[in-house]
Amino acid sequence: MDFNDSQQEAAFRKEARDFLEANAEKRSIISDKPNDKNPQIAVAGAPETVKGGKEAAQEALERAKVWQKKKAEAGFAAILWPKEFGGYGGSPIQQVIYSQEEHDYLVPSGYFEIGIGMLGPTMMVWGKDEDKKRYLPKMITGEEIWCQLFSEPSAGSDLAGIKMKAEKDGDEWVLNGQKVWTSGAHFADYGMIVARSDPSALKHKGLTYFYLDMKTPGIEIRPIKQISGTSNFNEVFFNDVRIPDSQRLGGEGEGWKVALTTLMNERLAVGDPPGLDFDQIFEATKELEVEDGLAIKNSEVRQKMADWYVQSRGLQYTKFRSITALSKGQTPGPELSISKLVTASKMQDVSAYALELMDSSGMVHHDQNPVLKNLFQNGYFFSAAMRIAGGTDEVLRNIIAERVLGLPQDERADKKVPFNELPSGKN
Amino acid sequence: MNFDFSDDQKLLRDQARKFLFDKCDRKSVRSILDDDQLHYHKELWSQISEMGWTGTAIPEEYGGLGLGMLELCVIAEELGRSLAPTPFSSSIYLFAEFIKNYGSEDQKKKFLPSIASGEKIGTFALSETNGTPKPSNIKTKFSSGKINGYKSPVSDGESADYLIIAANSDDKGNRNSLSLYIVDLNENGVNKTSLETIDPTRPACSINFENVEAVPLGEQGMAWDMIENILNRAAVLYSFEQVGGAQVSLDEAKKYSLERFAFGRQIGSFQALKHKMADMYVKIELARSNAYYGAWALSTDSNELPVAAAGARVSASDAFNYAAKENIQIHGGVGFTWDYDCHLFYRRSKLLSLNIGSTRQWKENLISNLEKRNIV
Repeated sequence: MDFNDSQQEAAFRKEARDFLEANAEKRSIISDKPNDKNPQIAVAGAPETVKGGKEAAQEALERAKVWQKKKAEAGFAAILWPKEFGGYGGSPIQQVIYSQEEHDYLVPSGYFEIGIGMLGPTMMVWGKDEDKKRYLPKMITGEEIWCQLFSEPSAGSDLAGIKMKAEKDGDEWVLNGQKVWTSGAHFADYGMIVARSDPSALKHKGLTYFYLDMKTPGIEIRPIKQISGTSNFNEVFFNDVRIPDSQRLGGEGEGWKVALTTLMNERLAVGDPPGLDFDQIFEATKELEVEDGLAIKNSEVRQKMADWYVQSRGLQYTKFRSITALSKGQTPGPELSISKLVTASKMQDVSAYALELMDSSGMVHHDQNPVLKNLFQNGYFFSAAMRIAGGTDEVLRNIIAERVLGLPQDERADKKVPFNELPSGKN
Repeated sequence: MNFDFSDDQKLLRDQARKFLFDKCDRKSVRSILDDDQLHYHKELWSQISEMGWTGTAIPEEYGGLGLGMLELCVIAEELGRSLAPTPFSSSIYLFAEFIKNYGSEDQKKKFLPSIASGEKIGTFALSETNGTPKPSNIKTKFSSGKINGYKSPVSDGESADYLIIAANSDDKGNRNSLSLYIVDLNENGVNKTSLETIDPTRPACSINFENVEAVPLGEQGMAWDMIENILNRAAVLYSFEQVGGAQVSLDEAKKYSLERFAFGRQIGSFQALKHKMADMYVKIELARSNAYYGAWALSTDSNELPVAAAGARVSASDAFNYAAKENIQIHGGVGFTWDYDCHLFYRRSKLLSLNIGSTRQWKENLISNLEKRNIV
């Protein structure tokens, strides 16, 4: 047992570290955590849009694009992608090493991950050669940003319940309906979308998958204001949006299969959530005073801290086990499936508890808040979203129960009935 | 990175699992549970000793196999899985480790070979009263070569031949008053009284000492430091036993949920139960990963050991306690009957989480060690 890199891994790590040292700024434990300038959205992948206004958002986007271009030129933007599309042609372990190194630096994130992590790989599998040549290289350099249009008001955890209409009209498709929770729709140049092309087919059989230009007439994007007061997601409305059949990925009615390719890559695309964790509250307890002195000296506080420490490090060491498998060229076991489930609730508990420790000043959440820069106030709101985005706690528990433990699927009422005959409530 | 056991160590695990599957079935475990007079499974003890497990991490020159602590971790997990009713933890994780780490050459030669062969059993006694042992509540005294006092509970005390005992060498009652001694429990003046435990397959007794001969172990006045180190080492091994027990609790809950039907379907298809089992899985994976880190620190004599051991211990206690109690819940009514095995794990989980200090105490250890590390 050891934590040493192999010679090749060490060489790659040095390459990554040299690049980061030359081009980015190091992160500190407390002060550089998610804030307006550096909104790290771990799961959904989109930076905030509202706070600081449109101009600030535009500036942040430009900075991100500059960074992405540098990263792409150095070869680190798409380590797993083949060289022919501008990737590094590297291994999963190299991707992990780069992410570990980048984690220590303050760099823009939340703009390109969905494209490079999920949508690009989907195009590699299902796209035509000319599509791949045209779109993939610009996805890496950040010149073109992509978003994923899957969820709908009545299709969240039950994603295949998509109602967005796709009707064929000659060589074109006409899209009508609404998507929701679309990260980055407001700055994305292109999107990938699943729509229902045959409502009389079974639920999973009547879907078709397309890509489209987000500036196509008939698309309307509205930001969703979240409980944090910020907006990471959008609603996207489609009114007679016409796209050519050549932008279809996969066959008519094969949309679910294509969507699964996208979703299978989701786990890999989700990076290290850099948000609130043990280290932040540990630092905070050394500053905050409770009734009998510094919080860190209080026995109840210490008991809780220990729980968060073993969760936090337990996840880190779990990742080490997966990296070990990758490093040996094996497929990691299912153990990583626990990561977001544990992280999101831990962040919510840590935030809520830190506010308790601040006592009544925990109420304060204004821009110049001197107490730990709103870190825990922001976490209190953001964590509530994190338990839902990218798979709710409940869906993740189902996935563990069914795919890892092999327990039976719940009884399904929607497997054998044509989609348009399924009960659907008020929607 | 190579954060995994080696192929040889995995082979050892497979062999141990198969061996215990054959030799340590639930009937064997219950034979100790159901008989007040039996303190451990003698036949199983001699079999695992013959296999060399008791000498796994004892150097060859003292009669052991001379393997490392990682191999001992592997064995510990299997002992935990099988609920083996033996004094392995007392004799090997504690007594042998004290002698190995702090004994003089003569003491190593004298004690380790018979401990490695399983012929003799050792244990460790610290606690005297309810609650957490600390300098102010250790009253047992050493003077003029004799021990006088009282220890309780002493795990495996009735089976043990030898004992490491913590006693005061002066009357100041501070940290540096406490020293360690080795006692032969077959000497005159040793008076044992059986104590029933929450898991009778892991028994304990109280011991009264009246002018019992004892020899010093390690540097005098340094008992707390030595105890902390050995308990840290043992905590990693305990955490592997706990992870093993937790995993079997989950496996058995799952098996039952697939066999049992209610409302016309397998109860394992209900989300209320699936989510419970998913939570068990999450806790077990976190505990396993923390235990691996503990194993790494233990096997490399890392400065990280105090933090790594406490982390492993806290996480493993949480996982096993949770898995064992929810295993009963998933079984429903039969889960709390004597006939079903759920209670064997429920008993063992709580006993293991108390045996070398409560979870509460280990959480405190964890944070205080993190503070120390930060200062360094």
